[in-house]
Amino acid sequence: MNWDFIMRYLPMYQKAAILTVKIGALGIVFAIIVGLICATIQYYKVPVLRTIVAVYIELSRNTPLLVQLFFIYYGLPKVGISIDANTCGVAGLAFLGGSYMAEAFRSGLETIEPIQEESALSLGMSNYQAMRYVILPQAVSISIPAFMANVIFLLKETSVFSAISLMDLMFTAKDLIGVYYKTTESLFLLVVFYLIILLPVSILGSLLERRLRYAGFGA
Amino acid sequence: MLDLGLDVLLKGNNMIRLLQGLWVALWISLVSVIISMPLGILLGIVMTWKNKVTKAILRIYLEFIRIMPQLVLLFIVYFGTTRIFGWELSGETASIIVFVLWGTAEMSDLVRGALVSIPKHQYECSEALGMSMAQTYRYIIIPQAVRRLIPLSINLITRMIKTTSLILMIGVVEVLKVSQQIIEANRMSSPNAAFGIYLTVFILYFIACWPISMLARYLEKKWR
Repeated sequence: MNWDFIMRYLPMYQKAAILTVKIGALGIVFAIIVGLICATIQYYKVPVLRTIVAVYIELSRNTPLLVQLFFIYYGLPKVGISIDANTCGVAGLAFLGGSYMAEAFRSGLETIEPIQEESALSLGMSNYQAMRYVILPQAVSISIPAFMANVIFLLKETSVFSAISLMDLMFTAKDLIGVYYKTTESLFLLVVFYLIILLPVSILGSLLERRLRYAGFGA
Repeated sequence: MLDLGLDVLLKGNNMIRLLQGLWVALWISLVSVIISMPLGILLGIVMTWKNKVTKAILRIYLEFIRIMPQLVLLFIVYFGTTRIFGWELSGETASIIVFVLWGTAEMSDLVRGALVSIPKHQYECSEALGMSMAQTYRYIIIPQAVRRLIPLSINLITRMIKTTSLILMIGVVEVLKVSQQIIEANRMSSPNAAFGIYLTVFILYFIACWPISMLARYLEKKWR
């Protein structure tokens, strides 16, 4: 292990890690928004839109992110839709993550039995109050484990961004291996930086899960 | 009319080459699934043991494999181990090693989850009924655990297939690599090939994964 080399290229990895986190976070935020919209449409069974959402979810869940990115980044410009690599990364992550988030939210909403909503309404609560005080608190606590798993999954998926020449961690490692042939050191830094990014999220996830486990009724 | 670059597919044997590329990806995931299923089941059962040492070791293995992006694992095996140990690995072998390691980790966690999810009173009741340990597992625990396990493991197969798209990055010639070659070769005659070809690859992956996901969902509903 050549520590001089590691120290020299640490800043490069830092920059790459920041880019990874930035695009990952932005993509996840958009994925949550897409997921919320899709879950709402499915929960209220909005006609037409519901079918579109169902098709979108199947398409995005059954294809790899790398293929989606290639299509967005190399394919779409040919029909006049040109996007730069950063936006493309965020868009790809949102497209993939949206369906996973939608499924997580939907499974939370679905486990709340209709009797809960009916009871709330018969107690004189408005639709909004029933949602706010009865349904959502339970649905959220059920969705949290799947939600956190999705966040980790999406952060991991950012590793394929190097394929559309974003200078992320993977790209940096590949570059250093190619240029200096310092394979061990480059891979060591790569693993360390991914652990720095992913471990806290993973720990936070299990903490949240433990805290929220008792929020539901019956289970 | 907008040129979507779909004509390239019909030139020569381009479509057949794409399908062959897809087959490479499917074959690698198939082999990995077949190897990692029994290993995962074994490891999952071991993980329910009370022994602290085996538990700790397996936990570290499991957490490391699951937290690292699969691409990083591919790089470690393909570039890292070959450098450190000096052996030679083809891209295909490296990807099968990684997918077996990863699949085993995921599978063992599913098995452990399925076994743990069987309530304790099921074991106690069978014991109270005078069943032996083997009978308890054979007639009570395994049938219930398997029903929870099968849909989840089928889902793991689709995840495996989707993840094989990454092996492009360690130089295995699979469907995306073939696409790049086709696009490159037809750059002059049909400059819009990238759209048509990548769209086709997108649809091919969908066709490969969708029926499997549907099967998993069907079984999940049926056995609930």
